[in-house]
Amino acid sequence: MIKKIFILILILIPKNVFALIEVDITRGNLNPLPLAVSPLSIDENSRLTFEKILKKENIGSEIAIIVENNLKTSGLFDPLDKKAFLQAPDIANLKPRFEDWNLIKAQALITGKVNYVDDKLRVEFRLWDVLAAKEMMALAFTTVPDNWRRVGHIISDKVYERLTGEKGYFDTRIIYVSEEGPKTQRIKKLAIMDQDGENNKFLTLGNELVLTPRFNPNSQMVTYLSYFKNMPRVYLLDIETGTQEVVGDFPGMTFAPRFSPDGKKIIMSFAKDGKSDIYTMDLENRIVEKITNHPSIDTSPSYSPNGKFITFNSDRSGYQQIYVMKNDGTDVKRISFGNGLYGTPVWSPRGDLIAFTKLHKGKFYIGVMRTDGSGERLLTENYYQEAPSWSPNGRVLIFYRETKTNAKGEGFSAKLWSIDLTGYNERQIKTPTDASDPSWSSLLSN
Amino acid sequence: MRLSKIFKNSLLVLLACLVLSACATKKETSIGKIDGQMQGDVYTGTDTVKYLADGVPDRVFFATNESILTTASRETLRAQAAWLRKNPSINVVLEGHADERGTREYNLALGERRANAAKDYLMTYGISSDRITVLSYGKERPVDSGSNPLAWSKNRRSVTVKAN
Repeated sequence: MIKKIFILILILIPKNVFALIEVDITRGNLNPLPLAVSPLSIDENSRLTFEKILKKENIGSEIAIIVENNLKTSGLFDPLDKKAFLQAPDIANLKPRFEDWNLIKAQALITGKVNYVDDKLRVEFRLWDVLAAKEMMALAFTTVPDNWRRVGHIISDKVYERLTGEKGYFDTRIIYVSEEGPKTQRIKKLAIMDQDGENNKFLTLGNELVLTPRFNPNSQMVTYLSYFKNMPRVYLLDIETGTQEVVGDFPGMTFAPRFSPDGKKIIMSFAKDGKSDIYTMDLENRIVEKITNHPSIDTSPSYSPNGKFITFNSDRSGYQQIYVMKNDGTDVKRISFGNGLYGTPVWSPRGDLIAFTKLHKGKFYIGVMRTDGSGERLLTENYYQEAPSWSPNGRVLIFYRETKTNAKGEGFSAKLWSIDLTGYNERQIKTPTDASDPSWSSLLSN
Repeated sequence: MRLSKIFKNSLLVLLACLVLSACATKKETSIGKIDGQMQGDVYTGTDTVKYLADGVPDRVFFATNESILTTASRETLRAQAAWLRKNPSINVVLEGHADERGTREYNLALGERRANAAKDYLMTYGISSDRITVLSYGKERPVDSGSNPLAWSKNRRSVTVKAN
């Protein structure tokens, strides 16, 4: 649905694609690329019209700010201070004076233009390589004015992709659990926001406990755990229509849901008589399949991106460890063998890594390992943190962390954090309330 | 081309296997008695305990990551079973809980396993499974919001609650 809103017009594809600027994102980037995001130019009529519709004085500048913030938070780019810009936005978009931009040490330049055309917002933007004095990319979008933030995110994704060679992750949303109140009577609501923390919206009222929302990778559906009527059950929620339903008809607690990569199945745990096993339910024909059958606790299942394998955690060895098996439950192999306990395995959308939470000697770590368990790398250590979720390009992990609010170790605060796969660029994501259990959506547009 | 070189120079520091010393038995906590309120790491105090009837405590406590009933827990559950036999119209919900030192989903399963351990014991003392509902809260409803071994020991519990 959302994808259709955008009409993407390609103005120009760079003809000679010999490497201009190139940002290597596979290693920790200690020298982010200095670049200039010029405010998008806007004619006076369009400006006044958008001011009326969107209550923003200059929508061209606002969109540029979104792009600037996105690129900055990626940790790969260093947007320069606008006060140093010498060239006016409209002229820069026609033909930048590369000497001027070179002078302030910008290596890349983003310019653009905003128009009001037939009740629509039309935005064009260009990416320039300052040193090579060349245009690298030029695109234009037309959409309804209300989508102006998404235009900023899509421009950010295009720039990120052009400069790093990998898809971006800015035109995405995050669903999470909003938390308020004392720990013994915590009130939890489902909430959704743009990846940059804007457009926050609550999806439930807080009347019942809700946990672990996860996006369908292919639609605006979410699966989560709700204690509606004091019965912990996995639910399915359509966030566009607000309709929801219980998943399956199990005589007991279902929990730890996730979608299969094609979005057609839900995989989850069902607990009965002190043991928890993994089940799937096909959302089309409602057929339920039992995947594991073991007297231990088997939970937190997550599919590989090709759907052929499942990773999960189990205490069948005596303690919580990570396992991988085929999607029919055969060929179960333990893959975590380090010191401590391992949980919440999540398969990377790139397929090569599994992110996890590790508990060792009273500390919690977020880490990654290869799918055979080799190459374990711990990215961040803290008193308490868990539940990593991958950005759709598999480069960033979002998770939540609880910290003490005073020096005596009393009080606590739960917040969302993100960290680059390299272990650099850890940052808190602003939320209006305390927050936990984040899940990152796929790209809304491509 | 020139530019890409700059980035190739950026440090190859693939961060950070935060170096972990290699010593680990799996039991993460093994604390002795704290003010006489814990044995091993099982809570033995009474300040959170409520009573279903005179001499019938409503809850039992567990060691870290365990769902084994202690001698004291079995005694509590035998008292509960006797009380339930005397009050055949009362049904109960067994609410299983975990402490905060675990991942959320695993703790939901662990709470269920603890409540089931209590349920099984009540059944061996003649209480029909029809009268017992099991409900796990994982670590979502601690009774003590503290972050210390004593608070955690109070939170690792199965509480028997009247359902009607």
